[in-house]
Amino acid sequence: MQKKRSVVDYSRYGYFFSIPFIVTFLIFTLYPVLYTSIIGFTDMKGLGNTNIHFLTSDPFANFKEVLSSELFRLSLFNTFRIWIYNFIPQLGLALLLTAWFTDNRLQIKAKGFFKVIFYLPNIITMASIAILFRAFFGYPMGPANDLVTRIKGPGTEIKFLQDRDTTRNIVAFIQFWMWYGYTMVQLVSGVIGISPDIFEAAEIDGANRVQTFFFITIPNIRTILLFTLVTSLIGGLNMFDIPKLLMNGGPDNATITASLYIYNQAFSGSYKYNTAAAASMIMFVLIVICSAILFYIMRDKDEAALKKLRKAEKKAMKG
Amino acid sequence: MDKNKVSKSKQPLYLMIPLYIACVVLAILSIVPFWVMIVNATRSTTQIQQHAISFIPGGSIAKNFSILNAKKTFNPVIGFTNSAVISVGVTGLAVYFSSLTAYAITAYDWKLKNAFFSMIMAIMMIPAQVTTIGFYQAVYKVGMTNNRLMLILPAIASPMMVFFMRQYLQASLSMEIVQSGRIDGAGEFRIFNQIVLPIMKPAIATQAIFTFVSSWNSYFMPLVLLTKSEKYTMPIMVSLLNGDIYKTEYGCVYLGLTMTVLPLIIVYLFLSKYIVAGVALGGVKG
Repeated sequence: MQKKRSVVDYSRYGYFFSIPFIVTFLIFTLYPVLYTSIIGFTDMKGLGNTNIHFLTSDPFANFKEVLSSELFRLSLFNTFRIWIYNFIPQLGLALLLTAWFTDNRLQIKAKGFFKVIFYLPNIITMASIAILFRAFFGYPMGPANDLVTRIKGPGTEIKFLQDRDTTRNIVAFIQFWMWYGYTMVQLVSGVIGISPDIFEAAEIDGANRVQTFFFITIPNIRTILLFTLVTSLIGGLNMFDIPKLLMNGGPDNATITASLYIYNQAFSGSYKYNTAAAASMIMFVLIVICSAILFYIMRDKDEAALKKLRKAEKKAMKG
Repeated sequence: MDKNKVSKSKQPLYLMIPLYIACVVLAILSIVPFWVMIVNATRSTTQIQQHAISFIPGGSIAKNFSILNAKKTFNPVIGFTNSAVISVGVTGLAVYFSSLTAYAITAYDWKLKNAFFSMIMAIMMIPAQVTTIGFYQAVYKVGMTNNRLMLILPAIASPMMVFFMRQYLQASLSMEIVQSGRIDGAGEFRIFNQIVLPIMKPAIATQAIFTFVSSWNSYFMPLVLLTKSEKYTMPIMVSLLNGDIYKTEYGCVYLGLTMTVLPLIIVYLFLSKYIVAGVALGGVKG
């Protein structure tokens, strides 16, 4: 590149090599998103209806219908309720395990084995897990009720999946059970990335385990914690497989999530593609807000890294 | 492990005992559901009705299998084949084109490069659910709802993976190698295929495992698009076990579930080292 006579402009290959991605993105992501938003302003409903016919009297009628719908509000409530009941214990347990697994003074044996086992549920098909737990909590004779009757005697069977809060908690538990291992592995790798000097200094200064964890470890994995929070939130907003296959949103709509609401609007009952599209766009706005937070976090991290680099350079120049 | 040699007196029992108990309990919690499932797959429906928890296998696996076979709705062979075709296609396309796109961003200076990369960052979090209605309508209009290509082709644009591959390339690609390839007279496309792709092997392996698993397990998009039972993927096949005809056939449901879960567990035990390392990598990325 230094010699002027041999300047070959390779930049066009940057465009060439990006074409497959861009074309696919335009066809399979951008077009569907735009099309969805357009459908939100039409009266498209009924199985197989593909006619674009805009609403004339009130273009926002579908959005108003969704926002004022009791079921949609309930689905949002369910989504957040299930997500919170899953995420708080998940993060708590993951943090506790992280504290144990990264404590040099504890020297836990078989860390690798435990990590592998804790992560196992995450890799199994969610659909299979949902149906498995449906069988586990069956009435009158699932494994859960087998346990209950062995302890309390016959005739004490519980209709687990008939109770709204119990079913919500079962969904939350399944999510917790599937994801705490994942979160823990991520957090552990974050802690391993912290410079060991800091921990050594803390140990020399006489910090105990709890102090080290709260004042050294947690502040240093702040970015990963936030990343976990936001990705989990976005994942939670899209929760579909487990509530759909455990009780199909029931009992009494207690586990209808936002995604399940959208699916049911569009692909069952009266096939209301228009309100489903409107609900999708509302969810999209919610997710964009979450993504914006995520984007902010990631940018923040790069800046922090740059700052560190500059400091190191200054130090090097002084020395 | 031996880097920090700590005397045993520094490991207080009041901490170590509850700690190991907690870890063992959690490990049991991870394993027992699958163990009960596998054992129940070998027990008859009457046995399960008497006691649904048992750790000792029964002898009814052949009978359960023949019941499952006779009902005909749940067809693991078809599910397995369809899932395999789709997952292999998705993984191949995603890995290859994400590497290519990441290379375009890393190795070349072009005007819109930064804008393009910002766009990739921005669209990373668009979930399938948001595009579903429009995607379904568009696909339905052209009569391709049962076409597996509609589930495979979108993988060419996988922003998350491009992001990951770019990070890997930035750390491991030296432009000197590319230059020497140019001096040897290789075209740019050939340089990518024969020089850059081999460099990216470790990143490709990690990403391939995760893409394959998530494609294999994906339920939502196939459920929306596929209506013909001969096109059903494994998760949709599994969901058929919820149907009324299996309501009283407990052993048979457990067997069906086992047929979908056991292969995954076996593969996982072989690849667990790479998978857990891959998850850890994802954490550092964030």
